Amino acid sequence: MIRVLVQTDAFDLGGEMARLSHISDSVGGISVFMGQVRGQGDGLESLTLEHYPGMTEKVLIGLAEEATARFSLLGCTVIHRVGTMRVGEPIVFVGTASGHRAEALQATAFLIDRLKTGAPFWKCERFTDGRTTWVEAREADDDAAALWD
Amino acid sequence: MASVTILYFASLREQLGRERETAAVAAEGESVTSLLSALRAQDSALNALFERTPRIRVAINQALASFQDTVRPGDELAFFPPMTGG
Repeated sequence: MIRVLVQTDAFDLGGEMARLSHISDSVGGISVFMGQVRGQGDGLESLTLEHYPGMTEKVLIGLAEEATARFSLLGCTVIHRVGTMRVGEPIVFVGTASGHRAEALQATAFLIDRLKTGAPFWKCERFTDGRTTWVEAREADDDAAALWD
Repeated sequence: MASVTILYFASLREQLGRERETAAVAAEGESVTSLLSALRAQDSALNALFERTPRIRVAINQALASFQDTVRPGDELAFFPPMTGG
């Protein structure tokens, strides 16, 4: 069961985990990754996430389908927020359910690694002094995504 | 005339000061590189932006593409910097 959402609102972490847990009696393991806005001690106030409506959903659904087939998932949820989020606020939820832990753990890592460099999101940082800068892509993220090729 | 829609995102959108435009395209289609060359020749701000920005990505009809791929009339083309989600 695939669930992909792109939304401005915060998500309900417990509710999303319960949804995965209740998919079927065959679920034996659930793995979750949640990403949030990291304060870096440099006056970061908030992040604004821009995306490409239409393409974003297509890419995320494609990744969820790929993960489901590759790791025999029973459930796969990807929720990505857009708009402005302050330090400490959640940005992304990836949750997977499978019969056994290995598939769920691997699928979650696959999804977040691929999503970071393959889904059309861009982060703009805003600092307390009013400066804004676009976050630069990191080579380490490309390397992490490529490990799943 | 045959045309395509072009979208710009993130830093490209911000630096160009616009998020979309339409451009003429050969009726039989042409490569992204060919279309882009014509656009850059007419627009010095766009030319300068592509010159100073490394690793610009392109999507055709909402799927990642390469600059050698063919754009056809009615297509939606998008240019953006490397993605930074998650």
